[in-house]
Amino acid sequence: MIPAPRFTGSVAELPTTKFGSSSLTWWGIIGFMVIEGAGFGLSFAAYFFLMGHEQGWPPEGRAAPNLLYGTLFTIVILLSEIPNTIIKKAARERDVPTIRALMPVMIIAGILLLVIRGFEFNNLNCRWTDNAYASIIWAILLLHTIHVATDWTDTVVLWALMMTPLGWEGRRLVDTDENSLYWRYVWLLWIPIYLMIYWVPRL
Amino acid sequence: MTDVRAATGWTTSDSELERVREEDERLARERTKIARDGPGLKDAELAARLDRTWRRPPGIIGWLATVDHKEIGRRYIITALMFLALGGVLALIMRLQLAEPGNNLVGAQRYNELFTMHGSTMMFLFAVPVMEGVAVYIIPLMVGARSTTFPRLNAFSYYMYLFGGLMLWGAFVLNIAPDVGWFAYTPLSGPEFSPGKRSDVWAQMITFTEVSALAAAVVLVCTILKARAPGMTLARMPIFAWAMLVQAVMIIFAMPAIALASGMLISDRLVGTQFFNQYEHGDALLWQHLFWFFGHPEVYIIFLPATGFVSVITETFCRRPIFAHTIVVLALMSTGILAFGLWVHHMFATGLPRVGYSFYTAASMTVAIPTGLQIFCWLATMWEGRPRFEVPMLYVVGFIITFVIGGLSGVIIASVPLDLQVHDTFFIVAHFHYVLIGGAVFPLLGILTYWYPKITGRMMSDALGKIGFWMVFLGFQLAFFPMHFSGLLGMPRRVYTYPAGLGLELPNMLSTIGAFVVAAAVGIFVVNGVVSLYRGRLAPANPWGAPSLEWATPSPPPAYNFPHVPVVESRTPLWDTGPEMPVLTGLRVDEKEMLLTTVVAAVPDLREPIPEPSLWPFISSVAVGVFFISSIFSPWAVPFGAIPCTIALIAWFWPKEMKRTPEPVIS
Amino acid sequence: MSMGRRAPLVLLALGTGACSYQNYQSTFGNAAIEARQFNTLFVIFLVVCAVMYLAVVLFLFASILRRRRAGEANVVEDGRHHLSSPLMRSALIGWSAVVVVGLIGLAIASFFADRSMAKAASGQKLSITITANQWWWDVQYNSADVSKMVRTANELHLPVGVPVRIFLRSNDVIHSFWVPSLAGKQDLIPGRDNDITIVPSKVGIYRGQCAEFCGAQHAHMALVVNVDSFPDFIKWWQHQLQPAQAPTTPEAVAGYNYVTSRQCGACHSIAGTPASGTVGPDLTHLASRRSIAAGTLPMGQGNLYGWVADPQSLKPGVHMPTIGLEPAQLHAVVAYLETLK
Repeated sequence: MIPAPRFTGSVAELPTTKFGSSSLTWWGIIGFMVIEGAGFGLSFAAYFFLMGHEQGWPPEGRAAPNLLYGTLFTIVILLSEIPNTIIKKAARERDVPTIRALMPVMIIAGILLLVIRGFEFNNLNCRWTDNAYASIIWAILLLHTIHVATDWTDTVVLWALMMTPLGWEGRRLVDTDENSLYWRYVWLLWIPIYLMIYWVPRL
Repeated sequence: MTDVRAATGWTTSDSELERVREEDERLARERTKIARDGPGLKDAELAARLDRTWRRPPGIIGWLATVDHKEIGRRYIITALMFLALGGVLALIMRLQLAEPGNNLVGAQRYNELFTMHGSTMMFLFAVPVMEGVAVYIIPLMVGARSTTFPRLNAFSYYMYLFGGLMLWGAFVLNIAPDVGWFAYTPLSGPEFSPGKRSDVWAQMITFTEVSALAAAVVLVCTILKARAPGMTLARMPIFAWAMLVQAVMIIFAMPAIALASGMLISDRLVGTQFFNQYEHGDALLWQHLFWFFGHPEVYIIFLPATGFVSVITETFCRRPIFAHTIVVLALMSTGILAFGLWVHHMFATGLPRVGYSFYTAASMTVAIPTGLQIFCWLATMWEGRPRFEVPMLYVVGFIITFVIGGLSGVIIASVPLDLQVHDTFFIVAHFHYVLIGGAVFPLLGILTYWYPKITGRMMSDALGKIGFWMVFLGFQLAFFPMHFSGLLGMPRRVYTYPAGLGLELPNMLSTIGAFVVAAAVGIFVVNGVVSLYRGRLAPANPWGAPSLEWATPSPPPAYNFPHVPVVESRTPLWDTGPEMPVLTGLRVDEKEMLLTTVVAAVPDLREPIPEPSLWPFISSVAVGVFFISSIFSPWAVPFGAIPCTIALIAWFWPKEMKRTPEPVIS
Repeated sequence: MSMGRRAPLVLLALGTGACSYQNYQSTFGNAAIEARQFNTLFVIFLVVCAVMYLAVVLFLFASILRRRRAGEANVVEDGRHHLSSPLMRSALIGWSAVVVVGLIGLAIASFFADRSMAKAASGQKLSITITANQWWWDVQYNSADVSKMVRTANELHLPVGVPVRIFLRSNDVIHSFWVPSLAGKQDLIPGRDNDITIVPSKVGIYRGQCAEFCGAQHAHMALVVNVDSFPDFIKWWQHQLQPAQAPTTPEAVAGYNYVTSRQCGACHSIAGTPASGTVGPDLTHLASRRSIAAGTLPMGQGNLYGWVADPQSLKPGVHMPTIGLEPAQLHAVVAYLETLK
């Protein structure tokens, strides 16, 4: 027998939109970050595992990747956090005009970063088929590039949505807040990668 | 001019801000008129309206577009059982070949394909998906929710699983099945020693199933943490929900390892990277480390849900909650964590430093402690309670008798000198079948019998259930116990034949006979499942007198699960609540909505819209599937294949209604 | 168990000679120090695990069969489902203690056995290098004096009581060297230098098999280990150092001519002849071995015919091609091979 209901209250006045860990999509994004983080962590482990076999790194006395483009990428992506933080704050304050104005800045920054990334690949001073060192740095750089590219795509789509009247909806503002959160993850992840690819071989 | 700009909404001006304010007020007024459940709208009238809102459209489009977790869970279970049958048939062929020494029923190449397909099918296409499927079906019901969180992601995960399985078996039918073992060690699986596409098919099957499992894991973690009924604090959450939470977190940490490894393998084979090539500063052992970093947690990913099943069944049929609930939960968590520290015990023969091995021996022994505690708690529950030996409880007894043998043979092989003799022999085959069949399949058969009435509305045949149990239990012992001896007498694994005169004839013949008994038993189970759909006794809401919330719904439950939001006040709600159960009202009736609560204390927090049925998960999985399969053949498939995937995913996310609504709707 | 089973088998092997070489491949073989220590440790583990299992099963049956009077059980029907007895709570602690102590004891036993095996293998050692290939074992007896090095294939002769250190290499994929009657296994991994030390303790003939899946013919990659008395071992070694006997009969001479002038010499080497290929097994003393093709077939004239005529049908995928010899050539080649004792 199914017990009969005894009414004890109502949830009708609860909001449908909240920022941070009350938001369901926040948990989804955290889950995705953990998955990607585990993947990157393991690729870092593979990098150090392969390095542990070698006397010199890069092996066979080859040149380490060219420092210029990697450093340029790092500077640009760190600078992009400025508009990113403003957008995140604006989302929580429902300041749609600011979001609409600044998202194109993020989109242009993303394009610039992908172009710099292209130069980075060309200046790694090795080809992925050369040896396992080359393979692992190309792989890690490629994985990070995919993240930059997908977050850039998300930002473009989100900007398009924010330009419509739906931009004033709570859900879209939460999306904007979380998109900015994810961008932080993308550059935070870049820092150890930058150090591993560009500086560890120079130690 | 101003009107045109305002109409497109592409500018922001003071007049627009004013318009938005007016819109907000209008929507707020409309919000008050929305129909919600409550004392004014309940029982049959409420049920009819909720049903209309939550029921998916009929027909093939509706079937492909469903986001109902119960439908998706049923599909997962049925598909997984089909793969179990297919994998089982492969096992029977292998057993026929091994029944006699020097047999030539099946040649070496075909046999290598058989054991690769058998292992891959059982591990990737049956064991993990069936656990996901059962969880996806039952968890929302058990925690008092109307749906899983992220239902479209849930649908996507099923299609990815299905397509991965079809790809693998399609390859088998087309005679390009992988033949390098389910673990595909390099360099054997690499470009030099496995020409052709067989190993690429294997690696991409991994990609499909791992995407599927990760998506399902995120769905389950979010559902368990955010969608529990008010009052179901973490302390009151059923043990099965804990088991699935730990398992899902394990999937999130473990699956990326094999995703990375299989990606590296495809890349070595397809575009010339050198990850596993020792001549180019790579390492064949890198594969083993990455694979087993996944592979060991994988077996606990399969086992932990089964321990959840055992707890569920034991509680219900011993008529009391599990003894030392907190200890059991802590045991689940510590098993989940410890499982990540054991992987090198699969590599004891590879010549790594002996002193490092000692750590893994100690860790492998330590993981037996929480499991041993769980066993005590189940037995103590039986001792303290009054056990009734219906079919599910028989499977629990069978589980204890069988799994513990496997666990103890596991303790034996945790020792390096002992493992160095029996590693890669049939002793190991015996061990893992004891823990996987005894430890996961027996509880699974029990739980399918237990939740069958809830899922289908009918009871399974008790007589067939008991016959099936005894056959599978005894047949299993006959099939697998002799393998301990075959291994100790010198029979390695993965051999298509063996010489006469080593004493292997008798154990192999017994194993073959036992395998057929097990197959017959599974056949009886399936027949029982199918016939009972039509001839089984109609089931009430709670045929077993069980304590948890899923039994507070009709059998089978309506599309919306619960008409009101249940409020929970104990670990065993239906045993403690009396003839009336407290509920909260106020969710929308004419649009799909569920309640989110806080993570620890389950305080009502947010109302969350649930998506309408959508074809985009299906279309996306087709696009992703084409992307994965074509990238076996050419690296250009990666940039080009990404385009349809991107379009499908954007379409999935893009709102179908461009005007604002009083309450959010996901269409 | 092992004594009663082993003795007749070994006697059979010694008594009937060539056709019963493949008799002994069991972890209870006890034919080396390592194997004996495995047995002792295994019995310790088995006993402790059996006791633990018994405890579980007794608890299980006690719980099932326990007579519960009305109102005695802590069940929902009596409204006592939230209660549990202090007995069970103490038993939980006791159970955990037993499990922990048992596991610690087993772990310590395991560590000690491991160390003792390592210590037993100290002292001057015979040195062998085995290089695994798909699907045969290339065996080289090392020596400081190059002229004393012996190369053979798929078969080992070891002197009893002398530690032997076997260096393990691979030319292709991962294999595993395993002679259960003597010791546990060790993998041969391309790009890695592994090794295993064994101290054989019992004269006899034992069989080993590759124990890591290595491709199509993994099931046919066995090797024979003859543990000899020290004098017999020296005699064997001296014999192995001899080059191949020159053929005397016309048929064998024809076979010699074929083998040394055609493709055979490109893969195989026969000491004292122009045949000097190293990608295949050394054939200098082929006919003195107990098996053909790494345990695929017992040595014998009929099997030699079959192998030379069509190796692909006997071991599909093997790297030795089926050449398609004329009958006269086949007879000649086999006749020659039979002289390679």
